[in-house]
Amino acid sequence: MAQFVQQLVNGLSLGAIYALIALGYTMVYGILRLINFAHGDVYMVGAFVGYYLGRMLNAGSSSSSPSVLNFFLVLGGSMAACALLGFILERAAYRPLRRAPRLNALITAIGISLLLENLGQLIFGADPKDFPTLVERTSYSIGIVVFSNIQIIVIGTSIVLMLGLQYIVHRTKMGTAMRAVSFSHDASGLMGINIHRVISFTFVLGSALAAAAGILVGIYNPKIDPLMGIMPGLKAFVAAVLGGIGNVPGAIVGGLIMGVAETLTVGYLSSTYRDAITFVILVAVLLFRPTGLFGTTARAKV
Amino acid sequence: MKLHGVTRTLLLSLLYIAVLAVLGQTLIPFIGPYYTQVLIFIGINITLAVSLNLILGFAGQFSIGHAGFMALGGYTSAAISFYFLGPLLAQLGTGGMIGAVGEPAALAVALLSGGIAASVAGLLVGIPTLRLRGDYLAIATLGMGEIIRVVILNTDFVGGARGFTDIPRWTTFTWVFLVAGLCVLVVRNLIASTMGRALIAVREDEDAAAAMGINTTRYKVFAFVLGAFFAGVAGGLQAHYLQYLHTNSFTFLRSIEIVVFVILGGGGSITGSVIAASVLTILPEALRCAESWRMVIYSALLVVMMLTRPQGLMGGREFQWSWLIPTWRKK
Repeated sequence: MAQFVQQLVNGLSLGAIYALIALGYTMVYGILRLINFAHGDVYMVGAFVGYYLGRMLNAGSSSSSPSVLNFFLVLGGSMAACALLGFILERAAYRPLRRAPRLNALITAIGISLLLENLGQLIFGADPKDFPTLVERTSYSIGIVVFSNIQIIVIGTSIVLMLGLQYIVHRTKMGTAMRAVSFSHDASGLMGINIHRVISFTFVLGSALAAAAGILVGIYNPKIDPLMGIMPGLKAFVAAVLGGIGNVPGAIVGGLIMGVAETLTVGYLSSTYRDAITFVILVAVLLFRPTGLFGTTARAKV
Repeated sequence: MKLHGVTRTLLLSLLYIAVLAVLGQTLIPFIGPYYTQVLIFIGINITLAVSLNLILGFAGQFSIGHAGFMALGGYTSAAISFYFLGPLLAQLGTGGMIGAVGEPAALAVALLSGGIAASVAGLLVGIPTLRLRGDYLAIATLGMGEIIRVVILNTDFVGGARGFTDIPRWTTFTWVFLVAGLCVLVVRNLIASTMGRALIAVREDEDAAAAMGINTTRYKVFAFVLGAFFAGVAGGLQAHYLQYLHTNSFTFLRSIEIVVFVILGGGGSITGSVIAASVLTILPEALRCAESWRMVIYSALLVVMMLTRPQGLMGGREFQWSWLIPTWRKK
C-alpha cells in the first residue's frame, strides 16, 4: 500500500510535467488541427535555456547557494525564450502552409522537430548534461511515504500555470478569440478576429508552457540532452489524445493519468516497458474511444 | 519489333536478372567491400521507400511505423536462419548440390518468412488502425512501430537488449537488387491495375471512393499488408548482411528516414522513391566529413521541400523510356 501511494506521488509529479506539455499540443490541435511534432523539442530547448541561465546565475551569485529567486528567474527567462521560438516557428514554417493539405503541415512539423533535435546536438553537444541545482533537495515523509520539496515545487508551479491558462482562455478577450477560432476559422475571421494573431498567440502560450515543463523536469530529474524531447513529447501527445484533443482540462487529466501509469508500470512490471505503456494506452484510446475521455464527437460533413 | 504487355515485362525482368548476375560476378569483387556495402544499402533503402510509397504515396495513408515492420521481418528471418536453417545447412554439408544452392535457398526461405511475419503484423495492425484518418493514423502507426520494437527488446531468444549476433551472412548484391526490382515491379503493376486505381481513388477522396462502391478499408489494408511484407523482406536482407540486429536501428527515426525518401522523391512516384533513396544513401557517404550536419541538412531539406515543392522531386510522374530518346527525334 505504502509503495502504491509512493508511486502515485511520483506519478503525479511526472504527470504534471506531461500535462504542461500536453496543453501546448491540445491548444494547437484545437485551433489548427495540426499535431505540432516539434512541441516536444521546444520543451527540450526550454530545458537547455534553463541550463545556461541557471549556470550563469549560480556563477554570478556571490553566495553561490541555490535560491528560489534563481528558480523563478530561470523559469521566466526560459518561458520567454521559448515563447519567442514558438512565435518564429509558427511564422516561418506553419503560416505559409495554412491553406495546404494537412499532411504537408504534419510533415513540416516532423521536419522542424528533427531540425531542432539535430541543431541541438550540434550546438549543445550530444552528451547528457547536469542541470544546475536551483533548489536544494530536501525530503519529507508522512508515514512511510517520502516526497521532496522538488515534487511540491513541480506540482505547485504546474497548478499555478494551469490556473493561469484557464484564466486566459476563459476570461480574456484573446482567450475568447482563441475559442472562437478553434470553432471556425472562417466565421471568426468574418467577425473581425485577426486569425493569424490568435494562432501566433496560441503557439507562444503553448511554447511557454513547454519551456516551464522543461525547467521543472530539469530540477526534478537533472539530466538533460538534445533528444530528451522525443519521448515526453510523444507521451504528452498521447495524454492530449487521452483527454480528448482540443480539450484543455482533458489534457491535464490525461497528463496525470500518463504519469501515474508510467510510474506504476516501472514500479510493478519492468522499466523496459515504460515507453510501451504509453503506446498501449494510445492504441486502446484510438480503438475504443477516439474522441478521448472528455472529447465530443464532431460530425464530419462531406 | 515492338513488344507489349507480359512479354515485354518478362523480357525486361530476365534482362535485369542477367545484368544483376553478371554485375554480381564481375563488378562486386572488383569494387571491394566498402562500395558493395553502399550499393547494398541503396538496394535495401529502395525496397523500403517503394513499399512505403505504396502506402503513403499511392494509397495516401500516412504511416510512420515502417521501421517496426522492418524490425519484425529482420528478427523473424534472422531467428529462422540462426535456429533452424543455419544448423540444417551445416548438417547437410557444403558438398555438391547443397553447397551450390543451399545458401540462396535458405536465404529465400528466411526472407519469405520475415516478409510473411511482417505482413501478418501489418494485417493485425492495419485492420483496427486504418479506420483512423490522417494524423491519427500517423500517430497510431508510430505507436505500433514502437510497441513492436519494445516487445522485441524484451524477447530474450533474439538477444533482447544485447542485440542478435552471429546471423549467417547470406545477403549478396544480386539478392538485394533482385528484391528491390521485384518490389518495383509489383508496385508498378499493382498501380496500373484496377486495385491501383481504387487505391488512388481512396487517396484522392476517401468518401467519394466509398460512394463509388470501393471497399476502402479492404484496399487500404491490402496496401498496408503488401508494404509491410516488403519492409519485412528488407529487414531480413539487412539482418543477413550486417549479421547483427539491434532494436536501436529500428526506432521512430528510421521510419522517418523512409518517409523522407518518399516525400522528397515525390509521393506517388516510384521513380522518385528510387532516386531519392539512392541519392540520400550516397550523400551521407560522400559527406563523411560533415557527418554531424547530415541530419540537420536532411531535416532542413524536408521543411524547405514542403514549403516550396510539396509534391516532391518527381511530383507523381514516372520514368518513361521515351525520356531517353533525344527530343529532336520525337515527332
